[in-house]
Amino acid sequence: MRLIEAVREGLREEMAADPGVFLIGQDIGINGGVFRVTDGLLEEFGPGRVIDSPLAESGMVGVAIGAALNGMRPVVEIQFADFIFPAFNQLVSEAARMHYRTNGEFPVPMVIRAPYGGGVRGGLYHSQSVEAYFAHVPGLKVVVPSSPYDAKGLLKAAIRDDNPVLFFEHKLAYNTVRGEVPDGDYTVPIGEAVVRREGRNLTLISYGLSVHHCLEAAETLAAEGISCEVVDLRTVSPLDTRAFLESVRKTGRACIVHEDNLTGGVGAEVAAIIAKDAFEYLDAPVQRVAAPDVPSFPYSPTLEDALLPGPPDIVRVARELAAY
Amino acid sequence: MPASDGIEPLRGSGLDGTDAQRIYRYMLLARAISEKSWLLTRQGRVLFTMPCDGQEAADVASAYALDRGNDFIVPYARSLGAMLVKGMTTQEVMLNMFGKAADPNSGGRQMPMHWGYKKLGIISMGSSVATTIPRAAGVALASKLRKQNAVTMVYFGEGSASEGDFHEGLAFAGVHRLPVVFFCNNNGWATSVPVNLQSAEPQVAKRAQGYGFPGVTIDGLDPLTVYQAVKAAVDLARSGEGPTLVEAMTIRMMPHSSSDDHLRYRTQEELDAERKLDPLPRFRDFLISANLLNEESDQTMSDSVDQEVEDAIELADAAPSPDPDSAMDRVYAP
Ligand SMILES: Cc1ncc(C[n+]2csc(CCOP(=O)(O)OP(=O)(O)O)c2C)c(N)n1
Ligand SMILES: [Mg+2]
Repeated sequence: MRLIEAVREGLREEMAADPGVFLIGQDIGINGGVFRVTDGLLEEFGPGRVIDSPLAESGMVGVAIGAALNGMRPVVEIQFADFIFPAFNQLVSEAARMHYRTNGEFPVPMVIRAPYGGGVRGGLYHSQSVEAYFAHVPGLKVVVPSSPYDAKGLLKAAIRDDNPVLFFEHKLAYNTVRGEVPDGDYTVPIGEAVVRREGRNLTLISYGLSVHHCLEAAETLAAEGISCEVVDLRTVSPLDTRAFLESVRKTGRACIVHEDNLTGGVGAEVAAIIAKDAFEYLDAPVQRVAAPDVPSFPYSPTLEDALLPGPPDIVRVARELAAY
Repeated sequence: MPASDGIEPLRGSGLDGTDAQRIYRYMLLARAISEKSWLLTRQGRVLFTMPCDGQEAADVASAYALDRGNDFIVPYARSLGAMLVKGMTTQEVMLNMFGKAADPNSGGRQMPMHWGYKKLGIISMGSSVATTIPRAAGVALASKLRKQNAVTMVYFGEGSASEGDFHEGLAFAGVHRLPVVFFCNNNGWATSVPVNLQSAEPQVAKRAQGYGFPGVTIDGLDPLTVYQAVKAAVDLARSGEGPTLVEAMTIRMMPHSSSDDHLRYRTQEELDAERKLDPLPRFRDFLISANLLNEESDQTMSDSVDQEVEDAIELADAAPSPDPDSAMDRVYAP
């Protein structure tokens, strides 16, 4: 099954199981979403549960928060993660702190789904990774699945979670990443990382589409005798620190990989945790592979390709690490 | 003004004399709490307040038009009168003012006058103005989807009607004909910025037209007028006919907040002239002329209100503060 179908299956099953689940977004109705994630859901569930919103992200998220406070479980689709910023205030000032500021009286069970990521020649405004902005915010959970199995299971868990969850789907993964997805109901717990590949010499820590780049790099490196462990975070907030610390304590070398730009990214946080809690196990400095600090990916293929981090970058840094 | 025996509908408002007396008491109570809170900030016993003086008629009478056990309020910081009508006790308000653990609004986590009380159908507000407006549309959307027969009323000031969230919330509510009433308290000021600097069209109610539903501008200093207009809007909303924007013209008799000095941008003469419009003596005179109040019963009512506030302050002041060990609790829902 393709990742896009897994997301759709997750939505469909949760909508069928719980009448409180409804969708709100732009072009998600008759058009099925610009990526077709919600294709067929309008026909199946009707316009009361698949709502084409006015073109207003803050309003959309604000409405979803209100509905969540009154017994519903809204799932918002932001058409591209790049367009989430008009709703930043609603997410950070309202959704994230509603439970805290009401001393637990008002949870906000809401999911914000958004396609993220570059490599699709989408230019500066259809290519961004925005998870770090939200991973910084206590009260939000941030999930970035890498496989169809996880996409469905994590989405179902996110919808059932009583907290606001941001759910980022790599748009390039929608139709290129395939995998086994069992029939029927299952969830993947939020906040649990998974080891995708076992290894001895170094640990690659990543999430989302970049996990596949790590796996590809690990294959190349294996041929050179460098054995890589690949940890897929799956959730970038709250982080499953135990999972990557355990791996780093075993391998003694760590490299965090993400498509988001370097400074203040998730990698910085993971590196800080490793430095504090696995310091005496380290045989080399913690490394990061990320996009350079440029405002998103430019349009021209020659320009974008110059900046997109990929398997060769990981291989290069891993060799340095292994040789350290 | 025709004399009334206390149960005749007053001026066709749909309210009888007993309602009018209740409204008057709520107005007195809101004023007393507002004034006392101001004094408490001057004494340093309370750290912040946002007075509602001049707005009592608008807040109290609008909330009085709701089905109080069933409908929702999404308040703003000057909605004290509406909170009282919705069932928050003076004691609870004072626990909020003092930031005590038993404050049902936030357990001392938010500044004073930041309301939210699930049991009473009061949806939590933060400080970021107008974020409440799409939220109210969302509460109303859920009511519609869940076939709850509830109306949601959201309160905000005319300055906040310049925020994008105001427009986004109205657009959504209009499209889906949601059971929501947008209640704008137009006191002419957003802190120090006068309404003519908010928009070249300062009549906020006109903006409803842009979203396909009615907008009305009313005298927000007369509770009967407010009640009538809001009741009509609430009935419309409840019958499935969609939202109304009600703009109540009010006055701001006090500074924006306890941290503000309004003499930096308003003259004493202007403030003195505005004070003559105070809705409280005006309604008192009306009630006396309608034989619903006399000097003596007015005094008795004022005394009981003052006592209620004094008692609440004493209890709230003595109530325990939140446990510092709980400061990290409840960041996430379990
Ligand atoms: C988004 C946001 N910007 C600025 C402020 C600071 N602020 C608090 S109240 C206020 C003025 C509000 O004026 P209005 O909406 O007319 O309500 P009023 O205070 O007059 O009742 C401002 C600027 C805020 N709380 N939120
Ligand atoms: Mg104002």
